[in-house]
Amino acid sequence: MPFAPTRSGDLLRFAPMNVGRWFIWGTTALVMLALPLVFRQGFALTLMSSMGTMIIFALSYNMLLGQSGMLSFGHAVYSGLGAYVAVHTLNLIGKGQIPLPVPLLPLVGGLAGAFFGVLFGYVTTKKSGTTFAMITLGIGEMVFASALMFPAFFGGEGGVSTNRVVPKPFLGITLGPSIQVYYLIALWCFLSMVLMYAWTATPLGRIANAVRDNPERVAFIGYDTQRVRYLTLILSAFFAGIAGALQCINFEIVTAENVSAARSGGPLIAAFVGGVGFFFGPIIGAVIFIFFVVALSDFTKAWQLYLGLFFVLMVMFAPGGIASLIALNLRVLEHGMLARLRWHYLWVLLAGAVTFAGFIAVVEMTYQLNDIAADGKGKVFGIAFDAQTFTPWLVAGTLLVAGGLALRSAWRGFRREWGEIEQTILDRGSA
Amino acid sequence: MSAAAIELQNLHKSFGKTAIIRGVNLAVAKGERHAIIGPNGAGKSTLFNLISGRFPVTSGAILLNGEDVTRLKPFEINRRGLSRSFQITNIFHRLSVFENIRCAVLWSLGYRYSFWHRLDGLKDARERAESVMQAIGLERRRDTLAGLLSYAEQRALEIGITIAGGADVILLDEPTAGMNRGETAQAVALIRRISQGKTLIMVEHDMSVVFGLADRISVLVYGEVIATDAPGAIRQNKAVQEAYLGQEAAH
Repeated sequence: MPFAPTRSGDLLRFAPMNVGRWFIWGTTALVMLALPLVFRQGFALTLMSSMGTMIIFALSYNMLLGQSGMLSFGHAVYSGLGAYVAVHTLNLIGKGQIPLPVPLLPLVGGLAGAFFGVLFGYVTTKKSGTTFAMITLGIGEMVFASALMFPAFFGGEGGVSTNRVVPKPFLGITLGPSIQVYYLIALWCFLSMVLMYAWTATPLGRIANAVRDNPERVAFIGYDTQRVRYLTLILSAFFAGIAGALQCINFEIVTAENVSAARSGGPLIAAFVGGVGFFFGPIIGAVIFIFFVVALSDFTKAWQLYLGLFFVLMVMFAPGGIASLIALNLRVLEHGMLARLRWHYLWVLLAGAVTFAGFIAVVEMTYQLNDIAADGKGKVFGIAFDAQTFTPWLVAGTLLVAGGLALRSAWRGFRREWGEIEQTILDRGSA
Repeated sequence: MSAAAIELQNLHKSFGKTAIIRGVNLAVAKGERHAIIGPNGAGKSTLFNLISGRFPVTSGAILLNGEDVTRLKPFEINRRGLSRSFQITNIFHRLSVFENIRCAVLWSLGYRYSFWHRLDGLKDARERAESVMQAIGLERRRDTLAGLLSYAEQRALEIGITIAGGADVILLDEPTAGMNRGETAQAVALIRRISQGKTLIMVEHDMSVVFGLADRISVLVYGEVIATDAPGAIRQNKAVQEAYLGQEAAH
């Protein structure tokens, strides 16, 4: 595993901080402000809005996984129930029964999330490790089942729908146009990012790291590890609830799916792909995840297959996530040796692209053959094919096999070079 | 006379049917340096695990400065002023030396579970951590990850974490285990420094360390204290020689 972080700890420090802190946060804010000026289409706005909520959700998840070592399979419970409370609140605002400005609705979602964090977290955080993971799974299933059993609150199969445009908008912000929704989400996303980052540098945040590394010892420096996990979970649930409320505003509907296990899998994938050992890892992961879910699902029905494959490849070859890939390459760059890798990168990427193209073609053609509604005819990369004939299979198969062989050899060369560079850096360090 | 720093009253511990600690009575006065020695399997580490709350006792009582702490959890005992180190290095590997120590000072400075203080803004925590780093001689390794330290440095950090909270009763479990002669000498000097004005109880195999440091020594054999006395008297004690020291000499 050439990309496995050799010193995961110093990667943890690789985050916006100290001198560059204001610069990095300022740039982040500017980018978020400017994005809609570059991507004006409605589709892009929806995509970016979803990314914003997912960033909050994934970061809140990583407060548990990356920062505190708690693997949760039921994080959607907090975002989902936060969304449910938000949707009912929004409906009451619409009827004029609650005088709350809609832009503050995420706060309601957050408080609801924290409330359920207090409730369920009391049970889940009694345990750690695998037991914790299993209990979160159980509570997730329980809440999902409840969502179908109590239609009065959860709205049954159809869920609860709402209208974010209320009769008396706050300061003229109707939230009708999707650009307004984007900026609302961007604002809450930015606030949440700053707050969650700040949390990592508080006494509780640091002790959470200590609990992750060595819970046993934490008990002997005066801390109740259960209490540390419990408080962390409540705070994490608060931010998950904010994400839930923003989803409610964005889609104007909340269904049982919002509290489902599938929804809980999202932040897990995003955090892992992005890198749990870095504060900004889940941000990258969330953007990629939403890209798969929203953008790719428009192009192919097999998007979940590609997402799954991507996830498996990442976990196998870059367990530290994309953030660790960036950090490791920056380290090589720092030592002035990145140029040695450029041809290797080129070959790996080329061979990888050919293999992947062959793979996609095979998947898409198989899909066309098995889809009852389809006749075997389809398009991949804009090229029409008929899966019931031999030629396209030959082409795809050739790409897959030839690409695969080339990739294997390119990968070997890359690993050799990478190993030598690692060794040189280590030697320099000890010299 | 004020209460003993630590008092063990007829302490028993069994794992299933196996009795490990069989009626230990021991009082360690405030400010005393007390060593516990005994052959492997005598129950020395178990005794530490009972005192620090890591294992529940089977019967008997543990008093810390006169207060019954028998049924308390480790963190509750720690908050009452008892801190311990571990035989197998037990540090936060993925945090820097400084962060390791700073974590260990936070509770005693009253920051508890705060998520509204900025760590880097806490001057008292930083200063305390820095003075501890200086005491254990790791100030030059401030930003090194604990997992990357040499063994002897990790053992020093282990002691640093133990004393950082300002506990007045310190339990050290084999602080010099696995060290060479030079490292051991440094560790002894360190232990002497940090235990000034505190109560120290240590489990140790290295007899030169034990006889050089301890005011009194207890000999634990098969879960029972067969003698507690000053080093000179322990050396002369016939029962001890037979049970332990003589056996050592025969090797």
